[in-house]
Amino acid sequence: MDFKVFDLGLIEYNQAFNFQKEIWQGVKENKIPSSIIICEHYPVITLGRNTKKANIFVDPSQLKKNGIEVIKTDRGGDITYHGPGQLVFYPIFNLNNFRRDIAFFLRNLEEVVIRYLYELGIVAERITGLTGVWVGGKKISSIGIAIRKWTTYHGLSLNVYRPCLLNFGLIRPCGMDIEVTSLEDILGRVKRDKIKNGIVRKFGEIFKYQGEKR
Amino acid sequence: MTKVILPELGEGIDKAIVSYWYHKEGDKVKEKEDLVELTTDKATFNLPSPCNGVLVNILCPEGQTVHIGEALAEIDENG
Repeated sequence: MDFKVFDLGLIEYNQAFNFQKEIWQGVKENKIPSSIIICEHYPVITLGRNTKKANIFVDPSQLKKNGIEVIKTDRGGDITYHGPGQLVFYPIFNLNNFRRDIAFFLRNLEEVVIRYLYELGIVAERITGLTGVWVGGKKISSIGIAIRKWTTYHGLSLNVYRPCLLNFGLIRPCGMDIEVTSLEDILGRVKRDKIKNGIVRKFGEIFKYQGEKR
Repeated sequence: MTKVILPELGEGIDKAIVSYWYHKEGDKVKEKEDLVELTTDKATFNLPSPCNGVLVNILCPEGQTVHIGEALAEIDENG
């Protein structure tokens, strides 16, 4: 059984968030299959539940002038940045149809990215104690999720094109002094559609979705 | 008095941080209604109330870490 896939293209963070909540409602009630929303966001800094203010280096008015929004969210994790060139995947899964286990879900999200990158010839890894996926000590994928009524929303981001990395300098990503990297940095130019399809396929392989249980 | 306990969350997760109480002490709460939001390992999730009653004691305020099996609050079912 395939996930339902929604490709929203380039979209404002809040607009995509509202769409997530709409899909979440349907998935929670088993009215629509577990779904994956794919998009890219206009430049935005999002704060998770664990974010400390000191992790933004630039004055909020300065950010506004540069067209970068700052949004508080209800996902786990610390601060992150989204912008054009970075693909975002929001898996809206009813965990009642998989396993009611938060750790299982988070580790599998990482597994999706790690196995797909491996297919591209990139060796990526987890770092113990830190969620997300890393290549050569640099972060390529961030994870922050929310689970309500055992149905998930928010998800993972994957840095694809180099320009999306520039604005990471405005923040302390995940509240840590880390470096970030992108697929373009490692592989050169890659096609968006190839990455989108590849990640969705890996979701299918790793989560083995069987459809809704009755 | 019914204790609200942090349940098993899955392999490798042994604690969570209280991020948001939907109710304050003295509030009436309903069974299965969201009581508190917790954050763990980059995930947020809600814990429902185990019963109907009055939330008499919040044992873990926002920002505090709670381990699996520990009590977060007490609910008086006769309240």
